[in-house]
Amino acid sequence: MPKRVPIRICVNGQPREAFVEPAASLLELVRGTFGLTGTKEGCGTGYCGACTVLLDGQPVNACLVFAVDADHRDVLTVEGLTTHEGGLHPVQDAFVACGALQCGFCTPGMLVSTVALLRRVPYPSEADIRAALAGHLCRCTGYRSIVRAVTRAAAALAANPENPALPQPARPRGMRSRA
Amino acid sequence: MSEADLRAVSTNTNPDGDARPPAPAHDPASVVVRAPQMTPDKPEGFFIVGKATPKVDAYGRVTGAERFADDIALPNMLFGKMVRSTQPHARLTRVDVRRALTLPGVVAAATGADLRVRYGILPSSPDETVMAVERVRYVGDPVACIVAEDEVTAEEACALVEVGYEPLPAIMTIDDALRTDLPQIHPNPRRADNVHKEVHLEFGDVEQGFAAADRVFEDEYFFEGTTHAPIEQHAVVADYGPDGKLTLWCSTQTPHYLHRIAAAVLGLPGSHVRVIAPPVGGGFGGKTEPFAHELAAGFMAMKTGRPVKMTLTREEVFYAHRGRHPVRFKLRTGVKNDGTITAVHLQTWLDGGAYGSYGVATTYYTGALTPVTYKIPAYKFDGCRVFTNKPPCGPKRGHGTTQPRFAIESQLDKIADALGLDAAEYRKRIAVEPSSKTVNGLRITSCGLPQCLDAAAARTNYAAKRGRLPRGKGIGLAASAYLCGAGLPIYWNAMPQSGAMVKIDRGGGVTVFCGASDCGQGSTHMLAAIVAETLGTDVTDVRVCYGDTDLTPVDLGSYSSRVTFMAGNAARQAALTLRAQLANAAAAKLECPPQRLGFGRRRVFCLDDPARSLTFIEAAQLAEAEFGTLAAVGSYTPPALAAGYKGSGVGPSPAYSYSVAVAEVDVDLETGQVQVEKITLAHDVGRCINADSVEGQIEGAVYMGLGEALMEEWPFRAGEHKTPNLLDYKTPTSLDTPPIEAIIIETDDREGPFGAKEAGQGPLNPVIPAIANAVADAIKARIHSTPITPEKVLKALDATSGAPLRLKPSAASRPQPPVPASP
Repeated sequence: MPKRVPIRICVNGQPREAFVEPAASLLELVRGTFGLTGTKEGCGTGYCGACTVLLDGQPVNACLVFAVDADHRDVLTVEGLTTHEGGLHPVQDAFVACGALQCGFCTPGMLVSTVALLRRVPYPSEADIRAALAGHLCRCTGYRSIVRAVTRAAAALAANPENPALPQPARPRGMRSRA
Repeated sequence: MSEADLRAVSTNTNPDGDARPPAPAHDPASVVVRAPQMTPDKPEGFFIVGKATPKVDAYGRVTGAERFADDIALPNMLFGKMVRSTQPHARLTRVDVRRALTLPGVVAAATGADLRVRYGILPSSPDETVMAVERVRYVGDPVACIVAEDEVTAEEACALVEVGYEPLPAIMTIDDALRTDLPQIHPNPRRADNVHKEVHLEFGDVEQGFAAADRVFEDEYFFEGTTHAPIEQHAVVADYGPDGKLTLWCSTQTPHYLHRIAAAVLGLPGSHVRVIAPPVGGGFGGKTEPFAHELAAGFMAMKTGRPVKMTLTREEVFYAHRGRHPVRFKLRTGVKNDGTITAVHLQTWLDGGAYGSYGVATTYYTGALTPVTYKIPAYKFDGCRVFTNKPPCGPKRGHGTTQPRFAIESQLDKIADALGLDAAEYRKRIAVEPSSKTVNGLRITSCGLPQCLDAAAARTNYAAKRGRLPRGKGIGLAASAYLCGAGLPIYWNAMPQSGAMVKIDRGGGVTVFCGASDCGQGSTHMLAAIVAETLGTDVTDVRVCYGDTDLTPVDLGSYSSRVTFMAGNAARQAALTLRAQLANAAAAKLECPPQRLGFGRRRVFCLDDPARSLTFIEAAQLAEAEFGTLAAVGSYTPPALAAGYKGSGVGPSPAYSYSVAVAEVDVDLETGQVQVEKITLAHDVGRCINADSVEGQIEGAVYMGLGEALMEEWPFRAGEHKTPNLLDYKTPTSLDTPPIEAIIIETDDREGPFGAKEAGQGPLNPVIPAIANAVADAIKARIHSTPITPEKVLKALDATSGAPLRLKPSAASRPQPPVPASP
């Protein structure tokens, strides 16, 4: 059996440590080791986008990233979007309000990608939204309600940029980026 | 803070009424054409039905808190993997798991020899085994099963299983399956070919009908097979307790059918098997029957005494399939000069893949609903399903009715053009009438087809655009009908098709127990909304406990668009019993006759003086004091609708929904690329319970139809699936999906719950022919097969222009590679 590698990783603002197999993916780490099953596997080959998490703020297919490569980095999963009081993030709120999910299996990935998009482009056009979410397959909705939800979330965030529900990239003391 | 600051709370709930705001509701984004409310037992009007409300189960799905089957982990759990056939058709000479068992971490293995039971979702075609016995029938057919301490070890062990194959000729096409000189995939002494099912039905005088026709149109079409590709890969967790009871948590749309078949295959009493359907991550018909890995997980859990999880890989999901049958059609239609149909003869050949699945029903469905859309006085149908060495086909959204719509609606446009008729007006003229009976004996109650045609055509300015757009631009329209639940269950029985139980707690909470499975279609919210509307409480106060064969009354499952109509009616019946108890108890207190009481906004009030009222909790507590525990059951059994001939069990439904799609396309004449610019879809939903859900179903159906019309293919090479992954199997992304406009038409069906019919499947059917008709309008040439690829568009353009538009380089014009200098 290959030797396991120790890593330190910041998951949803909390420092965590784990011993991972060299071939294990970030998805296995998040779902299996940390029990954060909100992130889904839809194909395991990077085609569907369901497993998307934010790695140092960037959306990545967690199934394609080695867990060891997330060492000393920030990971945000869907569980990190809700506040400690259980309140919904404005993006989650907009998805609920716009009926932007049916089975909800692609939704966690869509949500974190939307958070990344809105940090980068606070007022996205429909074309921006469709391009940003093109890596996420949704077989239920036809995407229209998702586009509406992202637009609504953008407006909500713009109206209240200091929204405490917005996750701030937090790096606990003692953890430095390797870069 | 000192103890003096503490406040005592009252446990006397809501003495002053419940002032919490109801669930947020907003106006639907789409157009809703309302029908007047006809429900006599809801005189106070609707408070919830028809509004657009966020689904009650959306919160768990946006936070990641909702547990899908693959999210469930039990202590001491093993992981299972199936060894799958690498041959499309072969005799098994040996399956040896001994080496695999020596791998550290492997706990147990099983092969077909361990579980020699035949089963099938339809009692008429039990042709499957959990693992292959003697023969494999497609690449991906399960051969053995391994369970290990972790998934990687199980996968490694699979590679160590030695399988001996003696290849047989692979039958990969309908034509080969019809030959009598090839081996049979399922030995059948009564035939020499690989035909699985033949159906021959004739209604009215077909010969006379064709003789009376002024024109007869005859065409051939081909509808390509497609798969569901839900984003959730099938998953199951099996747990066998020391009490001899097996629990399966399974991503299934039909927990009841899995319950029956798991008990039969695993040799357990039905009372010792519990199937729980957690939320399903997309189904579309692909999770409506028991799969080999589900039964294998149960078997291995029994064998090892430890919980077993099996999750299919995406490649395995493609092999599990049960998707849309590829169908070849011959369609002959006789019409008068004014377009009136005199007779139709439809022949279908279905490529069924390796096993029966729902195929017998699918075969009937390719013909059964033809007369439900337009008036057809004489109808002949010949269906034929064949076995081939491909993953088995089954039901996909629209089950068997989607494919003939492509043929029928394509030909109808041809007829309209040949006779110089407006294609929308023409369809309206020949549309079936409400409260009528079709030539094959199907009862039609409400029918919103004319309204759908009017709304969709008016919204898109169809009449002004068709045939008048510049070359390359086109507009196309098509119509269809669909079931609101199959009239008969898949196994014969006289019991209800759906049951529900509703109980009211002293705190005002209402719980609905129903066996329906929520695959994202919104059945949970539908049940909450119907019960809340009946009892006058709020959807957020209703908890729905669903899909658990130990806890919930039987509902046959989330297929054939049956849940709103059937489970909705069952839940409504249960809620009406409780409503009567609450009304009787409140009547005395309010000094108002019970039939003059209204229920809404968490209050029970006098219709004549709404100020005289009780809170819902007060009414419930009064009722509990008077009648005892507040719980009631409801059942739904569809009316006996089968006409009595052999095969008449497929097609009857308590109601039919109607849909009309209009597609607007832009075809690049150089590249053949079809760009769909917009799709407008009008759908007769009967009554929309939740406008958000209906809109979502329409948009999703349009999206799924778009993929089938333009890109999804089911190709094989040398017996192997060419594209078993989500990159090569093309489904539309957010960039490929055009603007979609939904128009919701209400007709208030007299038998539906609050008048509701269905929205899950019907809206898909007209999308594919609408796109085909729009492409035909754009390029003035017709493509007779799906998907409409650029290659087919270019070929069609070449055929109409007479001369090839694009010249192939000749050998002479091809640049010659430089001759290498001799060394």
